Amino acid sequence: MSAIIVIEKLGKRFDQFQALSGIDLTVQEGERVVIVGPSGSGKSTFIRCINRLERHDEGRIVVGGIELTDDMASLSEVRREIGMVFQQFNLFPHLTILQNCMLAPVHVRKLPRAEAEDRARQLLARVQIAEQADKFPAQLSGGQQQRAAIARALCMAPKVMLFDEPTSALDPGLTKEVLDTMMALAETNMTMLIVTHEMAFARKIAHRMVYMEKGAIVEVAPPEQFFTAPADPRTRMFLGDLLTG
Amino acid sequence: MERLRNILFPNRLNGAITIAILALVLSAAPGVLRFLVLDAVFTGGVEACRAADGACWPFIGAKLGQFIYGYYPDDERWRVDLVFLLGVAGLAGLMIPRVPKKRLIAIIMASAYPILALWLLAAVPTKLWGGLLVTLIVSAAGTAGAFPLGILLALGRRSALPVIRYVSIAFIELWRGVPLVTVLFMASVMLPLFLPEGVTFDLLLRCIIGVTLFAGANMAEIIRGGLQAIPRGQYEAASALGLGYWQSMGLVILPQALRLVIPGLVGSIIALFKDTTLVLIVGLADFLGVIQRNLNDPAWSAPGTAATAYVFAALIFWLFCFGLSRYAKSLEREERR
Repeated sequence: MSAIIVIEKLGKRFDQFQALSGIDLTVQEGERVVIVGPSGSGKSTFIRCINRLERHDEGRIVVGGIELTDDMASLSEVRREIGMVFQQFNLFPHLTILQNCMLAPVHVRKLPRAEAEDRARQLLARVQIAEQADKFPAQLSGGQQQRAAIARALCMAPKVMLFDEPTSALDPGLTKEVLDTMMALAETNMTMLIVTHEMAFARKIAHRMVYMEKGAIVEVAPPEQFFTAPADPRTRMFLGDLLTG
Repeated sequence: MERLRNILFPNRLNGAITIAILALVLSAAPGVLRFLVLDAVFTGGVEACRAADGACWPFIGAKLGQFIYGYYPDDERWRVDLVFLLGVAGLAGLMIPRVPKKRLIAIIMASAYPILALWLLAAVPTKLWGGLLVTLIVSAAGTAGAFPLGILLALGRRSALPVIRYVSIAFIELWRGVPLVTVLFMASVMLPLFLPEGVTFDLLLRCIIGVTLFAGANMAEIIRGGLQAIPRGQYEAASALGLGYWQSMGLVILPQALRLVIPGLVGSIIALFKDTTLVLIVGLADFLGVIQRNLNDPAWSAPGTAATAYVFAALIFWLFCFGLSRYAKSLEREERR
């Protein structure tokens, strides 16, 4: 195994507000890291720094050997290797599901259309919405839209997948199908960084749990230890009733 | 009948308003009808017109050629006809949903057609161009130039690079803050002063450039409104997929933003079409300009001539604008489907 993401002393400010400070984290290839913490703890900002949707102010981020800087060429090289799934799905409403999935492979990876379409249909089948391929996003349920968004990201054949609260905008009844899709993806040994509030799911999927508070990492531990005997009192406080140990 | 009464007279106040408006319309109708039809002269010559109180329709018939072509020589008018015909065919191909190969037609209309049109028309010096020909050329070229300019300015105004942003803002605010008449005077009087001795620059072309810059600034503001309505998540999703700036804009953001502002864009195209009549002030013989010049023709001086000509001009302008606005409506309906 080798490190695919290396983050050192990461810091980020919004004007005067210190959103992130002193974050160190190394993620191995094939590893699944779940980040939890109260809202406003900076976990979304952190994950968005990894593909530079947020620009960091201090420290460094290296993804697949390329450091994230203002250089646009290396940035787009990094971004095509990182898939991202958003809380609000962010499918392109003027394109069909199939077109959503083909857009980046055709225009960024320069894949021939036929090949891009084959791959898109395969991945849509894998997230079990093959029959929705020619519909527009607005015609799908929230759960289906999020699965389509996962397929869209996978179509770029990324090395890393980032999930920013992928089920937070969904009705409780629709959460399961998205989580199941992510579990299935985990079985392919995809490197995954997941921000979520679904603790039972986190415990099942994670290799490592990260607890964040006030823009800093408080504790990193394997899930068994994290959910039974967290080392830091702040983690214990956050988990509260969830603690099983 | 019951429904009609409910619509027109739902209560006392609305009923009174209905009656008042009806009375107003009916009071104007007889005069209009008398002038345009009953007392009007339809056949014959100027003598008949001089004897009558109403509209002088033979005047329109006799001058129609000039109204359409200006002073374009008779023998060369086939060039104008051909350009009109190709233009109408191309536009019909773009506007009728059932016609296939839209992209190819659009590319031809944007590249080959203007060159061909210019090549055909330029056999006659632009001084002789006039009438509907000039009105359509100024508004079509103005629209075709203003649309891409507007997109670039709107994007520039939202650019992360301060230099581009401030230049765009300055450009937009400058042209939006100046009346079109002023722009046209600048184009016709001031611009030649800045050009080196001996360099002449066609008046028609100068006016087209003026109209383009003016309309471009207006369209930029309309398009910017559309860009602002697109949620941040769309920009982020496009970036996260590795799309570059121009790809994000061209494939994701603009297709959505432009659809949102179709009504505004059509409104500004209609305004531009009507505003082209201002070129008559700097001496171009556009549709309205030619009509006005012909009013001075002593051979056709009759009491009804001027009013007839203006009614005719209004009718033609209205037909074009109404057609555009109906087309925009149908586009919107299609988008909502």
